[in-house]
Amino acid sequence: MSGGATAAFLESGMRFATPLAYAALGELVVERAGVINIGLEGAIIGGAFGALVFAGAGSVALGFVGAAAAGTLVATLFAFFVVTLRTDQIITGTALSMLGLGLTGTLYRTIYGSSGASLHTPTISPVAVPVLSAIPIVGPALFDQPVVTYALYAIVPLLACWFYRSSAGLALRAVGEHPEAALGAGISPARVQWAAILFGGAMGGIAGGTLVLAQVGTFAEGMSAGRGFIAIAIVVLGRWSPLGVAVAAVVFGAASALQTLAQATGWSMPYQLPLAFPYLLTLVLLATARARTAAPSALGKRLP
Amino acid sequence: MTGAALALSVRGLTKRFGTTVALDNANFDLRAGTVHALLGENGAGKTTMMRVAFGMLRPDAGSLEVNGTVRRWRSSADAIAAGIGMVHQHFLLVPAMTVAENVSLGDRGFFRGFDPRAAADRVRRIGAATGLVLDPAARAADLPVGAQQRLEIVKALARDAKILILDEPTAVLSPSESGELYAWLRSFAAREGAVVLITHKVREALAVADEVTVLRRGRAVLSGSSKTLDEAAIIAAMLGGAISTDKQDSTAKKVPGAPLISLQHVSVTDERGVRLLRDVSMEVRAGEIVGIAGVEGSGQRELLRVLAGRLAPDAGEARIPARVGFVPEDRLRDALIPTMSLVENLALKEAGSQHGTMRWEDYSTRAETAVREHDVRTSGVESPARALSGGNQQKFVLGRELEGSPAALIAENPTRGLDIRAAVHILDELRSARASGVAVVVYSSDLDEVLTLADRMIVCFDGRASATPVDAAAVARAMLGLAS
Amino acid sequence: MTFFTRAVRSQAGASAAAALLAIVAVTFVVMAAGYDVSRAAAALWDGSFGSAYSFFSGTLQRATPLIIVGLAVAVAFKAGVLNIGAEGQLLSGAAATITAGLAMSGWPAWLSIPLELLAGMVAGAVWAGIAAVLKRRFGVLEVISTLMLNFVALFGVSYLVHGPLQEPTHTYPETLRLAASARLPLVVPGQQLHLGFVLAIALGVAAHWYIRSTAGGFRLRVAGEGPLAAASAGRVKVDQVLFGAFLASGAIAGLGGAVQVTGVTYKLYELISPGYGYTAIAVALLARLSPFGVIIAGVFFGGLEAGGAGMQRDAGVPAGFVYVIEALVILGVLAVDRARTLAAERAPRVMGETEV
Repeated sequence: MSGGATAAFLESGMRFATPLAYAALGELVVERAGVINIGLEGAIIGGAFGALVFAGAGSVALGFVGAAAAGTLVATLFAFFVVTLRTDQIITGTALSMLGLGLTGTLYRTIYGSSGASLHTPTISPVAVPVLSAIPIVGPALFDQPVVTYALYAIVPLLACWFYRSSAGLALRAVGEHPEAALGAGISPARVQWAAILFGGAMGGIAGGTLVLAQVGTFAEGMSAGRGFIAIAIVVLGRWSPLGVAVAAVVFGAASALQTLAQATGWSMPYQLPLAFPYLLTLVLLATARARTAAPSALGKRLP
Repeated sequence: MTGAALALSVRGLTKRFGTTVALDNANFDLRAGTVHALLGENGAGKTTMMRVAFGMLRPDAGSLEVNGTVRRWRSSADAIAAGIGMVHQHFLLVPAMTVAENVSLGDRGFFRGFDPRAAADRVRRIGAATGLVLDPAARAADLPVGAQQRLEIVKALARDAKILILDEPTAVLSPSESGELYAWLRSFAAREGAVVLITHKVREALAVADEVTVLRRGRAVLSGSSKTLDEAAIIAAMLGGAISTDKQDSTAKKVPGAPLISLQHVSVTDERGVRLLRDVSMEVRAGEIVGIAGVEGSGQRELLRVLAGRLAPDAGEARIPARVGFVPEDRLRDALIPTMSLVENLALKEAGSQHGTMRWEDYSTRAETAVREHDVRTSGVESPARALSGGNQQKFVLGRELEGSPAALIAENPTRGLDIRAAVHILDELRSARASGVAVVVYSSDLDEVLTLADRMIVCFDGRASATPVDAAAVARAMLGLAS
Repeated sequence: MTFFTRAVRSQAGASAAAALLAIVAVTFVVMAAGYDVSRAAAALWDGSFGSAYSFFSGTLQRATPLIIVGLAVAVAFKAGVLNIGAEGQLLSGAAATITAGLAMSGWPAWLSIPLELLAGMVAGAVWAGIAAVLKRRFGVLEVISTLMLNFVALFGVSYLVHGPLQEPTHTYPETLRLAASARLPLVVPGQQLHLGFVLAIALGVAAHWYIRSTAGGFRLRVAGEGPLAAASAGRVKVDQVLFGAFLASGAIAGLGGAVQVTGVTYKLYELISPGYGYTAIAVALLARLSPFGVIIAGVFFGGLEAGGAGMQRDAGVPAGFVYVIEALVILGVLAVDRARTLAAERAPRVMGETEV
């Protein structure tokens, strides 16, 4: 494989990884608070739709605000059911995925006509960092990307720092491990979970916004294409740590890019194989003890 | 009575859970510089009262004063800020976190940093000042029980607690650890603070506390200095004087029958390779009650499950009759399915062995018989188990396990959480089971209870089981591993 | 037995309340979006129950996979296994069925059809078995593993229809069609309703009988409702029961795929399931995991999906709207359920015996 093809592969891998990383980092915070949000898919597609509506009305920046707001809105519903009403997380999440997909599809056709005619939003273009983007092979992948990708370079270490070096991070982890102990220490687990879920929703919304505003330039029904579920796999593969999740997101992104690479180079390999590979890797990893002990102890359990 | 200022004062406290009145216009005064024992039976309202004082529960009526100022808590965070610390009966530690992290948990402020080194220093500083020494980097899960309790106290002290509330702190401690804890609490009270000790152990309370308050059915029925009160008066207040605990026992059989359960060199090892039972040999005969005693974690839990056929030994031979009843400690988790009806809960006992179709009409009849014969108060056998009171749930469990004339009955803390009347009923049932020739094994964490029941005693220590005389002093020595 | 009927009645009442709640919410949304509610409702009715054709060829045909897969979900959930991988199990069942069906072309129907269905069930059980083994051996949360396996199955089907099973001209990403002898017979003259619907009903009745009346069914329930009590008081081997329920659930979901292939599509392609495995969760939940309830809820959802198509055609309401309705039904059930639990927790108890 030529250097040029490798660079293109890495560059497109990063592009695929960016929305996944946003969604997965949001889900990471949610899971660290002891909640699995399978409704993340609904927040992502909601974010994509919010981006379309707001960017169409204004600018790309407003589009991202709209995306985050829409994702947060979906998450509000999830948090109300799961935290306030204490309903089952999995079933509620499934419902919210369906709700997000169905509602955005309906609204899209209602607002923009049943034709689903191509509707373009402004997009942000990659900004090459001088010097760094000229590094052979990895330069374009890491330093010729849209601003949203660069923001991740700050978000990941900030999140790691916040997890392990702040009181609030300590509280978040305590709620995911042992909510009663957190309660005894004067922390409200319900409030922490609410906050985590809203953050996760906003991040999921931004993931959807990235799809529209940094990549496709338009909205399509169901364009989240399972990224909410992929994000859950990424969190497992990243063993519930910010840095691990970032790396796992790149692995999944690269798997998607490999497909395009294989098609471009006429490489004779079923393109589904690299797509399925990260899921298989996650399954194998789950079977190892290290992954299981990394999982928050109270993950998926109802608050008492 | 000293004239010392009140550190904590509770006036006219009322708290209801649904239609259950847990606290009924209760009062309580804690003087600065004292250790105050809060005594009462299970369900008397001790824990509820202190959870209200700690801001974990909201009272329906009544007021709270701390150091002479009326206070109202929105959450336990407010109580902590006012200098109250509580050590719960079931420790509230995050097992996966370190000692330092557990201590820092609950520091306020969203953007406030957490510095592991500073947190470790704080743990060491508190250790140096108070003698409660802990390794800041150790994971809470890896600490022995005594150290976990120290950690709970250090957590409270790190928040500058001046008033410490401890809920049954010695339940999981060995006697020597209890002694150390009590000495420390006395010195803490003398130095700067005040201590509330929730307990149901009268003798310990009198030995360690300056003052005593007794709660019964949600009311404070007795309060005074430990120097002026004696054991009999306190017990009378706890029990309401209605029931005598020295019930004449006429059902004891002098000659036990044939051995029905027999263990030969039985050992049990857990998945981490820790030996929980070591080379235990014993037998239980028809028509006798064998009492089991032991400090928490001495192997009695596993021994009872081996005797009940619920746990297969790793080594040795266990001969257990096919029909053996088992009354586990946690009835709502291990004995009953709260959402299912009494009929289904009766059928549960045969769930593992049944084949083909279920004969529900038969089970219905059997459940009705059990309810009738064991005085279970319920609106019908089709009501779910969770609709029954704790005492009636336990009567039903016992009735189910005694149904179909089992050869043996194994009971683990059978009266835990029950009021006196229900407890007496349960103990009578165990005696009448013995009278009808059942081989009965009873473990109770209340030594007095098991001593009044047992014909023979077996004491567990460090995974070994040894026979001792039915005598409080001898049993207590054996529980500590001292040769008799 | 009056207790059972009473319980079912009150639960059915709660489900009806939830469905009603959802319908009210839906009406609101339709109105707010500016559609003509009465026209949309008429279209929904016409498309689902309004004529023999829409009922048999629309509603009941669409209900068939929902009932079967709904039963699969109900069996698993009843045992406390959160199998959200019915979608993947259905897909692997469909793939195995088409493979078997194409291989047996020319065989008599009485032989090939049962074998096709069997192949689907086995494949579904195997697919669920992966997650079941991971759970039993390594304690892997089945929620995560089955979700992963759904995607693997999706890519697997995609590979098959682009690769080894693709029709000989290599034009379309789909397989050849099954021979007439390998297809399920139609059961209502002039309608597209196939034998699979009868199978679904029979399976529902069998599941009802099994859960209510047999020892194995009782074990399933106690393992799900109170696993620790089941193990201690009932000496039930809970691990084994959960494992069995997981495999059975997978087999039933696989049968759903088999029935869809042999009764409706006659071939395999990527989008053979528009998310039956997920809709089935809504079906099972609305049915309170009761098999009879699954039949009713399956027909209800089948009607919604058939009517949704009509609504799009006649009133311009997008078909995706059906998902909104389904989601609201789930949320409605959860909310109603929660209210009931809270009410039960407030039930009176004797003073002094409540541990607080």
